[in-house]
Amino acid sequence: MELLMRILQMIIDTSIDVLPIASIIFGFQFLVIRKPIPNLKRVIIGFVYVLVGLSLFLLGLEQALFPLGRLMADQLTNPSFIYGDAGIIPEVINWKDYYWVYIFAFAIGFSTTIAEPSLIAVAIKANEVSGGTVGISGLRIAVAIGVAVGIALGSYRIVTGLPIHYFIISGYIIVVIQTFFAPKMIVPLAYDSGGVTTSTVTVPLVAALGLGLAETVPGRNVLIDGFGLIAFASLFPIMSVMAYAQISEYIGNRSR
Amino acid sequence: MLGSLRDLLPIILVIGFFQAVVLQQPIPGFVDIIIGTLFIVLGLTFFIYGLEMGLFPIGESMANAFARKGSVFWLLIFAFCLGFGTTVAEPALIAVADEASEVAAIGGMILNTPEAMESYANGLRFTVAFSVGLAIVIGVLRILKGWSIQYMIMGGYILVVIMTALAPKEIIGIAYDSGGVTTSTITVPLVTALGVGLASSIKGRNPMTDGFGLIAFASLTPMIFVMGYGMII
Repeated sequence: MELLMRILQMIIDTSIDVLPIASIIFGFQFLVIRKPIPNLKRVIIGFVYVLVGLSLFLLGLEQALFPLGRLMADQLTNPSFIYGDAGIIPEVINWKDYYWVYIFAFAIGFSTTIAEPSLIAVAIKANEVSGGTVGISGLRIAVAIGVAVGIALGSYRIVTGLPIHYFIISGYIIVVIQTFFAPKMIVPLAYDSGGVTTSTVTVPLVAALGLGLAETVPGRNVLIDGFGLIAFASLFPIMSVMAYAQISEYIGNRSR
Repeated sequence: MLGSLRDLLPIILVIGFFQAVVLQQPIPGFVDIIIGTLFIVLGLTFFIYGLEMGLFPIGESMANAFARKGSVFWLLIFAFCLGFGTTVAEPALIAVADEASEVAAIGGMILNTPEAMESYANGLRFTVAFSVGLAIVIGVLRILKGWSIQYMIMGGYILVVIMTALAPKEIIGIAYDSGGVTTSTITVPLVTALGVGLASSIKGRNPMTDGFGLIAFASLTPMIFVMGYGMII
């Protein structure tokens, strides 16, 4: 019974989030376009499915994954885990001591991206539009690797306390160089993949990791150093997707 | 169903491995986790089903209708509303804006009172929502005119770099993050369908090279505008 109430509550919450979008769409449809929507019944059922699906998805995340993920981020960044039970934090921290954090960052970045619903949506669309040239799982894995590398590097940045803009600006330079060499058809999709990766699943877990690190690493400020992981997670997929297209093109050329 | 389970498998493996091997801790609340996982799998299945039945078709049919109607004005208004309306209520953005107001208060940029912080957070939210609306408008214009995306994004990057040099140091991390949090799970499929639909219904546009790219603008403009906001206030 309590569970049922929570499902209901979640559906209500999600509906409130979706309301602005729905009213914009239907408002324009009826006031500006003034044409009946083709297959209206089907579209409405589709909307209901999206609503129910998203609610169940979020509820499941809150029930199972988020508490555990946050707990683990806490435990992994805890000084007593990193420096043994005594928990003595050395004066000068060595970034290598946090190796489990980087591995966790990589693994959690990869796996949450694979489950990200908006990335699945874009991958389905890209596959359809490209006539199958862009594979659904190929694109998703490429993006996931990008997010994984980005978050691992972002954690390294928090541990070392280096300024974020050095990393982001170097990333931009690499993206610009890659843009000239990557196959033309992939470029807009690659740029897009930076934005789609960071939503429902990735953001809460990654934010927990960033805040956990910034809280426990000596000399870091939660409010200043705790941010920035999302930025890494949205920059690196651009590179990895272009690299994926470059590699597939290279292999395609060689086999010919 | 099976597909959704496969999508979820990596997370389960990662968490299981770290919990059992690295941290060597028992998994708390095992039953909750099984139920939760079941929900996630079910939810993902429904979502993808509804995506192909509802979100994709409506995005594309609206793009088609606008293209046939030939009214650029209304299309751009729609683009702005879609960007602004979906962002301003985004829960992730509200959370980030609240945190940002704390940073600003501690950094001495605003008074450390609840009222000042709330007005700062609201201002930030509207700034980001406005910038996303603008981004979709620019992106739609690009599809209509067939401008090439590279130079526009590079121009955006250059602006980000310039703003980084000028903006207060405290705001930079938040500004960079704000680009990522604005694009929600429902906005992304809709905006993608809109772009691809527009590019396929306009002669001479290729849905692959012209249809994608709207999200890219929507994650770039908030960075520039948030840093600008930090400079003004």
